Amino acid sequence: MASHFESPLREPLIFGNKTYKQITIDIVKPTTGKVQPKWLFWTLVSAAFAGLFVFCITWEVCFGIGTWGANKTVGWAWDITNFVWWIGIGHAGTLISAILLLFRQKWRTGVNRAAEAMTIFAVICAGQFPIFHMGRVWDAFFIFPYPNTRGPLWVNFTSPLLWDVFAISTYFTVSLLFWYTGLVPDFGTVRDQSKTSGRWKFYNFLSFGWVGSAKHWERWESLSLILAGLSTPLVLSVHTIVSFDFATSIVPGWHTTIMPPYFVAGAIFSGFAMVLTLMLVARHVMNLQEYITLAHIESMNKVMLLTGTMVGIAYLTELFTAWYSGNIYESYAFANRAFGPYWWAYWAMMFCNLVSPQVFWFRKLRRNIAVTFVMSILINIGMWFERFVIIVISLHRDYLPSSWVYYSPTWVEIGIFVGTIGLFMTLFLLFCRFFPAIAIAEVKAILKVSGNQYRQKQLEEVKNQEVYKNTSVEAGTWD
Amino acid sequence: MSDTKKYLVGMFDDDDVLVHAVKDVRNAGYEITDAFTPFPVHGLEHAMGLEPTRIHTAGFFFGATGFTVAFSMIMFINKFNYPTDFGGKPDFGFLAYVPIIFEHTVLFSAIGMTVSFYYLCKLWPGKKPKIIDERTTDHLFALTFELDSSKDAKYIDSVSELLKKEGAIEVYQKEV
Repeated sequence: MASHFESPLREPLIFGNKTYKQITIDIVKPTTGKVQPKWLFWTLVSAAFAGLFVFCITWEVCFGIGTWGANKTVGWAWDITNFVWWIGIGHAGTLISAILLLFRQKWRTGVNRAAEAMTIFAVICAGQFPIFHMGRVWDAFFIFPYPNTRGPLWVNFTSPLLWDVFAISTYFTVSLLFWYTGLVPDFGTVRDQSKTSGRWKFYNFLSFGWVGSAKHWERWESLSLILAGLSTPLVLSVHTIVSFDFATSIVPGWHTTIMPPYFVAGAIFSGFAMVLTLMLVARHVMNLQEYITLAHIESMNKVMLLTGTMVGIAYLTELFTAWYSGNIYESYAFANRAFGPYWWAYWAMMFCNLVSPQVFWFRKLRRNIAVTFVMSILINIGMWFERFVIIVISLHRDYLPSSWVYYSPTWVEIGIFVGTIGLFMTLFLLFCRFFPAIAIAEVKAILKVSGNQYRQKQLEEVKNQEVYKNTSVEAGTWD
Repeated sequence: MSDTKKYLVGMFDDDDVLVHAVKDVRNAGYEITDAFTPFPVHGLEHAMGLEPTRIHTAGFFFGATGFTVAFSMIMFINKFNYPTDFGGKPDFGFLAYVPIIFEHTVLFSAIGMTVSFYYLCKLWPGKKPKIIDERTTDHLFALTFELDSSKDAKYIDSVSELLKKEGAIEVYQKEV
């Protein structure tokens, strides 16, 4: 690793003059010791909301889909809005762990573990919505093609809804394998740090008996790289296929070819917002500021600026196409979005997703934690509204004015949605407590390149060179 | 499989020193049994002369299997088992099947490779590991030399001396 050249302009990703030993201590620490009252409190609060989810879902299963506000005109409403929102949030984890691995972005090592965990938890939450929207959930297995006594009556392989079944189940499985294989060596580390035999057995079970042999590492690296290579087209395909659910229909506002790239950019955008929301809290609570640095936050904010602007361009392109197509139904759909009864949802989406991320053109704001936190919340809200706008506003006024309705959610729908947030938070808090929240081995592997003491040494060596005149390097700093 | 083996262990505290030592030890003609490191050390597999892993080749074949399974199954279902007539459209519209075939390829490849990985490394939940030194998952690096009956005291002495010269912080014998 030491032979690897890194520009001295690049700022350190690990602060605090860490040694390999210190990295182990810092990252294993949150999983040991007494349960903190603060953690217990928030976990119980989240679990209570997860309980609300169970209650509302039970209600829906007992009394039927009629307990939702969705109806004949607005057949998809909060359920599919929430489904797409959660799936989108999942995308950041795979982007960080897979695409950034292929691009050799070192900053991924600080956040990939937690982001991948979020992917898995978000997909779990997302999956609830289409499954329970089926109504007769006990027949949910009908979506899989298996020989049956009904003909055999097979599933429709030309339907984007079936593509979704395959895309999301594959995405969940591959993300889980990728995440867990990354965790195995770190479980080995936690095991070897454990003081009691119960703990040792628990983490040894999770670590599959990992010892870190050279051959195992070689295979592990190869496996990680290939899984990353597979996950990259996979993650793009998943949200593309989700967008096909809309794009292959003939509903004005849905039937557009811009949908796949627009959905993928939006997914990455919302995913990074959620990663930032949680990581800004987690790094503070778990004292990980030296591993999740301002450089990490700035990089993620840059990704949000890029993808947010892409999404914004897609919004404007949609408007242009609606006007330029000369199709009255298409242009009505968009006029109705902006000035119809749901105008507030449309402008909330425009403000949160297109206007507000523009603050990240300024470096000072990209590196400001308070601004980033507020922005991440705004973007989460904005991206939820985007899906609401696409789904509900396109449907509520269809071709037949006599069937136009104004859709509002019922308490059951609200309870299910809030409940999935509780479920997500419960899983995430359990993860933070019992699993190493940062990839220990991967952080150690970049220490000699990105540790602050090594970066400082390199800076001292090169700062008098001609090429670095009038740069921050000459001043002996990265800022 | 409870038979234990005896090893000569050299502990290092730096990855660069380790890779350098591995090269010199091998040049001196000694065979290294294994190395244990807390993270993937780049260049170590090269220095140790390990054969490149073929796990990615396996991944290709698993993926090809997934492709074939998905393709032939959809073909069987839509063309032969239950053909449906939608306004005279073809029974087998390949383009519409691309998403599922793609997902299936990825799924088979990922599962196949991951299972192969754990199988080849002989790792499974609840395995009782043979830990040479607990510090190798933390901050130290170990080189091990198996001591079978053919290795005499002279061998142990000369390897130990070489390891120390190469920067090992500890050299000891251990039976696991």
